[in-house]
Amino acid sequence: MNTTTSHKVSSTLHKVPPKKGSLWLRKGNKIAPYFFISPFFIIFGVFGLFPLLFSLYLSFHYWEPAAGLSAMEWVGLENYVFALQDEWFQKSIYNTVVIALKSGIPQHVVAIPLAFFIHTSFTRWRNTVIGVYFVPYITSTVAISLVFTTLFSRDFGMVNQVLTSLGNFTVADIHVLSWIFPVNNVDWARPEYTKDMISFVVFWRYVGWNTVLYLSALQTIPKDLYEAAIIDGANRYQQFWYVTLPLLKPMAFFAVTLTIIGNLQLFEEPFIITGGTGGIDQAGKTAAMHMYLTAFVESDFGTASAISWILFMMIAGLTWMNHKLLGGSNEE
Amino acid sequence: MSNLIKKDKVIAYVVVSLGAVIMLAPFYFMFVFASHSNSGILSVPPPIFFGDYIVENFNTLIDFLPYFWHNIGLSLFVAVVTTILNLLFCSLAGYAFAMFDFKFKNFLFVGIMATMLLPPFLGMIPTAMIMSQIGWMNDPKALIIPAACGAMGIFMMRQFIASAIPKELVEAARMDGCREFKIYYRVVIPLITPAFGTLGLITFIGSWNNFMGPLVVMNDMKMFTIPLALRALQGTGQIPWGAVAIGAAIAVLPLLFLFVIASRRLIDGLTAGAVKG
Repeated sequence: MNTTTSHKVSSTLHKVPPKKGSLWLRKGNKIAPYFFISPFFIIFGVFGLFPLLFSLYLSFHYWEPAAGLSAMEWVGLENYVFALQDEWFQKSIYNTVVIALKSGIPQHVVAIPLAFFIHTSFTRWRNTVIGVYFVPYITSTVAISLVFTTLFSRDFGMVNQVLTSLGNFTVADIHVLSWIFPVNNVDWARPEYTKDMISFVVFWRYVGWNTVLYLSALQTIPKDLYEAAIIDGANRYQQFWYVTLPLLKPMAFFAVTLTIIGNLQLFEEPFIITGGTGGIDQAGKTAAMHMYLTAFVESDFGTASAISWILFMMIAGLTWMNHKLLGGSNEE
Repeated sequence: MSNLIKKDKVIAYVVVSLGAVIMLAPFYFMFVFASHSNSGILSVPPPIFFGDYIVENFNTLIDFLPYFWHNIGLSLFVAVVTTILNLLFCSLAGYAFAMFDFKFKNFLFVGIMATMLLPPFLGMIPTAMIMSQIGWMNDPKALIIPAACGAMGIFMMRQFIASAIPKELVEAARMDGCREFKIYYRVVIPLITPAFGTLGLITFIGSWNNFMGPLVVMNDMKMFTIPLALRALQGTGQIPWGAVAIGAAIAVLPLLFLFVIASRRLIDGLTAGAVKG
């Protein structure tokens, strides 16, 4: 309010000699920045911070939603203990970690050489190639996961068509590729394959994003380093191993951190691919999904809140560990 | 030696191209399936070229989702209003952080940036409860207001304003007796339209794709956004795959269009936080 009044005053003083006006303006100048940044703090306070504190509070309570907000009952750490001992929660953590690794590791193993290759060998088609690999990142997860569900279906899915035709590829009556590719249709909905299917969709979605991160890091490596390496007789692989990779380490640390944070909260892909259920034997149910289902299907908001905080602490812990392992001393 | 490199290069080009095909294939099949009947999609081998069943698929989609037009309109409305509010609030805050000196400035800025570390799922349950307490269930406000000023947008705007606008220009306007807000909309806004473009695109796409938000606050089918409406098709027993595909295509097509016309800007903007931070 203060700001608006001072603005009004300063505007009435608009035509008076500048010296007097500038006093008011200086005052406006002091208050204005707080006024300008206030929307963030109001919105975050009401819809960001307050919900977090409330969820922390909730995680120490037992609450029957039908009985109204006043019916909360303090239970201490019981929700946390219950969640941690719940075998379905443990399974969802296991699923999350497996999917995180199966989708996360290939992302970086592919993105680093891909970025190196785009950086060194593409000029005219460069932006097109980057665009093609990046476009999955901006598309609707729900829409594309539904399309993948069709592509991965057992009897008529394109994925199985391609895999089995490779598996049945014959040279002199021998299936030469059958040791890599399946000969018969794979039932991706089976528990042992659900996580692979989800991991592939996640990989598909984020590999281009990581490639762009590595590309931007590659651009900061000075050319003379490569020239020096070439003078020393290094070939392309040696340049990649001894010049590029060490210098990519800071970005790799950062990109891997982002992948860990993102993968541990996977929700949309597994939710859509398993039709909101977690799949047969809950093989595709991630921890974030478990939290959602605990709250909105089982109406156990206290336990669900405890789960969300456990998951948050896991993410924070792993990020910190990653920092210790990969971070070194001088990067942020 | 150079022969070896050449051979390697050819192999690498082939691998990159194959990868590109895998990246684009889901989009291609989405459009192909959108133009085939259910029995066509469910045949072996599945169709690999466009059919002529688009209109029927769309009619099936409308049968399953009678409010589909409303869903599209709502998605568009939420995305546009969220975008406009973000442009306004984030540029104001970014301007303050870039051009003013004030007490606690750095502390407040670091605080805002730190909120980016909070994972969205943490607020999911309490947000749903709060929205139902204040009567915002099935109300577009519940999606727009909480998302109206993002930390990422403030960061982007601060970076851009600090690099694009000389402090002297703002000082000069102030000397001329310009009020602070007038400086903002007469001097700052005209100079930051490129950043508006980037932040606008990113916010629009994020809102258009948002699934977790509407999932917990929208339970009336009429108030579904497109991702929720598409997801509702899953629970319908025999899933109408052609209709699913055309619905998915409608959800994705505007994004592909935006990406084609502004891919460089979108990629830079979306990775800016990661690259510069």
